[in-house]
Amino acid sequence: MNKFGFSIAHTRSTDLDTANLGKAEELLQRVPSYKLCIGCGGCTAACTAGLFTDFNIRRIHTQFARGQYKGLDRRLQSCMLCGKCLLVCPRGVNTRALIVEMRRLLNNTDPA
Amino acid sequence: MQKRYWNEYQKDIADDRYFYERSCIRQTFFPGSEAAFLKILREELGKDICDNPHQHTCTGIGYHSDVVPLETTMTIVARLFSLMKECGYENYVPSCVTSFGIFTEMTVKWEHNPELKEKARQYLWDACKREFEVPANIAHPSDIIYKFRFDLKPRMKYQLVNRFTGKPLRVVEHIGCHYAKIFPERGIGNAEFPYVLAGMIEAWGGEVVDYPERRHCCGFGFRQYLVQENRGYSIANTKKKFQSMEPYEPDFIVTNCPGCSMFMDKWQYTIAEMEHKTFDKEGYGIPVLTYEEMTGLLLGYDPWTLGLQIHQVQCERLLDKIGIRYNPDEKYKGISGRILPRPLKPECLRV
Repeated sequence: MNKFGFSIAHTRSTDLDTANLGKAEELLQRVPSYKLCIGCGGCTAACTAGLFTDFNIRRIHTQFARGQYKGLDRRLQSCMLCGKCLLVCPRGVNTRALIVEMRRLLNNTDPA
Repeated sequence: MQKRYWNEYQKDIADDRYFYERSCIRQTFFPGSEAAFLKILREELGKDICDNPHQHTCTGIGYHSDVVPLETTMTIVARLFSLMKECGYENYVPSCVTSFGIFTEMTVKWEHNPELKEKARQYLWDACKREFEVPANIAHPSDIIYKFRFDLKPRMKYQLVNRFTGKPLRVVEHIGCHYAKIFPERGIGNAEFPYVLAGMIEAWGGEVVDYPERRHCCGFGFRQYLVQENRGYSIANTKKKFQSMEPYEPDFIVTNCPGCSMFMDKWQYTIAEMEHKTFDKEGYGIPVLTYEEMTGLLLGYDPWTLGLQIHQVQCERLLDKIGIRYNPDEKYKGISGRILPRPLKPECLRV
């Protein structure tokens, strides 16, 4: 901490003109049902991994959609791919596929 | 033809006989502004304005920080109105934008809830056996300068014109949030098209800079600033505004609110210390003036009597652009003639 005892908070707003949305657009191509997400957070509420770690599906995919990829791949490793989120989603978003594809895109481990 | 929407939002401003209420913080940070306003009204415009020494805070900062309850604020406001009544005036002129918001809020509250007004009467009587009347007119001092801007123009020695290029100075105007965002119909030009400062700038030869974050908060925000842990949010707002205005290369900023003047001036130093960033090309910072200082400078008042040496961002470069003559040797000379302590490095914000 500097001599002032506080630092300048970073803005939470996303500048879509400068954000790197390439991976987010690719994710939408791979998991089209993601377009249906209404951000209700049911997936996060049902998540077992989220109870014990800082894994938060809604926060992760929201950040991903905004092009804020930093630190996401570490958090995505907490997912056990159990699929509970898939069962509770009211919009039928294929959340498990969403997580797998986010991991692939962030780690450049495309099967193709 | 472009429609001037602000024309639809005008307000009544009394012509004469004002009761002035000073601000809590302006006399510390901008010590010459209130004196300049009184001088302009009395000596330039020949108006009658009462500066009562028995006045006190309006509680605005405490009220908006949730440490002063509504009943206390109502009683304090009622006492200030009682002072006005005692002096025989009915047009109230609070120096501070937050005070303007407080007085407007209380009078509107009393209008809609007469029982609150009766409570305030009772509290005031119980506390100090005084009685009050609601003012016939509440106007901010910037409203009054705006109203008489064309009367002042012929008396001015300078214009807002760059004497080196002959072009109008580019001015960022910033209106305090409590001027029109709480009660938009009480501000000239409403909250979206505030014209009170822009009108002065245009009338006196300057050019108003219209930048994307023009209506954004200056970063004061009482709760954001008062708690140290929250100050990061306060300064982030200021930084956002400066980043937004930077490409337009403004010559200076003018504000009508004590908090805005202070924060837009002093946060420039803090940002420079923290991030080694200033928002003008040369690294000196963008000067911030109050509207009284701007008016006083154009009328030919001495910059050091106006208190410009107290500002964080130094103003000599701006004075040179306008062509205002000043004596650098008297910059830190007090009214008594004694030389005051001077800052170690007043000229440049870059560290």
